Amino acid sequence: MSAVKNDMINVLSQQEIDAIEAEIEHLPDRKSAAIDALKIVQKYRGWVSDDSLRATAKLLEMSDEELDGIATFYSLIYRHPVGEKVVMYCDSVSCWIMGGNKVRDRLKEKLQIEPGQTTEDGKYTLLPVTCLGDCDHAPAMMVGDDLHHDLTPESLDKIFEEDA
Amino acid sequence: METPLTKNMRADKSPVALSDYMSTGGYAAVTKTIGKSSPAEVLQVVKDSNLRGRGGAGFPAGMKWSFVPMNEDDPGHKYLVANADEMEPGTFKDRLIMEQDPHQLIEGMILAAYTIQADVGYIFIRAEYHYAIRELKKAISACHDKGFLGKNILDSGYNLDIHVHVSAGRYICGEETALLNSLEGKRAHPRAKPPFPQVSGLWGRPTIVNNVESLACVSHIVNNGADWFKSLGIGEDSGTKLFGISGRVKKPGTWELPMGTPIRELVEVHAGGMQDGYKLRGFLPGGASTDFLTEAHLDLPMDYDVIMKAGSRMGTGQMIILDDKTCPVAMVENVVSFFARESCGFCTPCREGLPWVEKVLHAIEVGEGVPEDLQILERQGRFIGAVGNTHCALAPGAIEPLTSALKYFREDFEQHIRDKKCSYQ
Repeated sequence: MSAVKNDMINVLSQQEIDAIEAEIEHLPDRKSAAIDALKIVQKYRGWVSDDSLRATAKLLEMSDEELDGIATFYSLIYRHPVGEKVVMYCDSVSCWIMGGNKVRDRLKEKLQIEPGQTTEDGKYTLLPVTCLGDCDHAPAMMVGDDLHHDLTPESLDKIFEEDA
Repeated sequence: METPLTKNMRADKSPVALSDYMSTGGYAAVTKTIGKSSPAEVLQVVKDSNLRGRGGAGFPAGMKWSFVPMNEDDPGHKYLVANADEMEPGTFKDRLIMEQDPHQLIEGMILAAYTIQADVGYIFIRAEYHYAIRELKKAISACHDKGFLGKNILDSGYNLDIHVHVSAGRYICGEETALLNSLEGKRAHPRAKPPFPQVSGLWGRPTIVNNVESLACVSHIVNNGADWFKSLGIGEDSGTKLFGISGRVKKPGTWELPMGTPIRELVEVHAGGMQDGYKLRGFLPGGASTDFLTEAHLDLPMDYDVIMKAGSRMGTGQMIILDDKTCPVAMVENVVSFFARESCGFCTPCREGLPWVEKVLHAIEVGEGVPEDLQILERQGRFIGAVGNTHCALAPGAIEPLTSALKYFREDFEQHIRDKKCSYQ
């Protein structure tokens, strides 16, 4: 392997490096930017691959293992590729009382995947999420950045039709 | 009845812009305080108001602030952090403030930061609150233009910047020391206390972490005084509170009401009573990590100490109702499985104990439970629930619905085991 390939920072684009350096600027040390850096990488790539994790660790002057420990701790840092949009259905207690399981089951049926999986066309990844703070309109879910609530198995059809 | 926290909020839920906020007295507290009153004077009025933390613990805010060292010779940073990581299941109140009247939070933060002489503020907010994140960033930028934030605020010589930190998920980030670790870019494990954050918090510097709703109260207290704030409460506690109800009621929602409002009024008047065909069997008074109370407690006022004496906690003041057609065993299973998933994994009773309890509850719910399971659940309840056995309050909170369900709905557990099925399905 050439020296350039060994330099893992080259895996990150200049834009990513600049954005991460801008975060580091107002922090006491480079490591403190770990979560921000992972989020930046994910913004550009959709997820954090092993290669980009190593490159980010090097940029932050920390070990790959330490950064992976952080990356895998947080539910919104994806260490596997995800679909164009992540469908996050609330499985917390208020939504559960209001029929959240039926919504989840219909989502599984509709998307033909289990929670944690991505549809074959790469459009959606299905994940459970912590209470979305919309409990007076339970059950609730997010499709990408959009919040949907007062869900019924039937109302899901319309939401996905409009999203298509 | 005065409703300081929600008085500016609009029917269409559109956010209150800076000019509108100012036209109803917004930033008057900042204008009259920064550089004009001493931090000690602001601290005194907040202390006198008996404002208690609205995030769940109910700790007096003024007392918390008073632990911050006020050493003028120390040139290092101090931090003020707004805990906007609203994730307690069944809680939907901070979202309301941040989406509809974000300046209330910013003004409260400026006053709180000035009181402890913090020069940096953070709003630690969950990533799912996109709309609130956008409104807060707009509000901060508008404040810079007006000179309420930045260098030399209102020519006082006082400097403050506020940053919005968007979290990367996990319930445990709402625990204040876990939140600080997360702000430092680390895994969100809670820290050992002492030292307390007030003395050694973010990057080892004095730090105050307050809930959004607590901070939103501060400008009103500074404007109207401690006695006025105390007079808002109709029971033992001061102020108003964003109370809420979810579950099978006719009109679930969040309402600003006096502290000490009776639970029955919340359920029957504000939430419109139970939906037709449903009866109230019990409720978690303040989020998923509080003990069940029952119909027998409906006439209690929502005050921190009263709910505590009744065997639960007021928590976030946002109630979740258990109706007679929902299985209490399954409800507790849902709650425990949530906390088992959200455990940070740092200490054994939480990491191993909660999944064990979850498995036992699941077995009972699907008709595979045995009589000894109840003893296991009770033992685990005592073990996990005891203060000091776990590194933080997550596991004790997680187990509260279970121990109280075993007390109030024991016949349901026994019936599941006896009949080898759940009769609610």
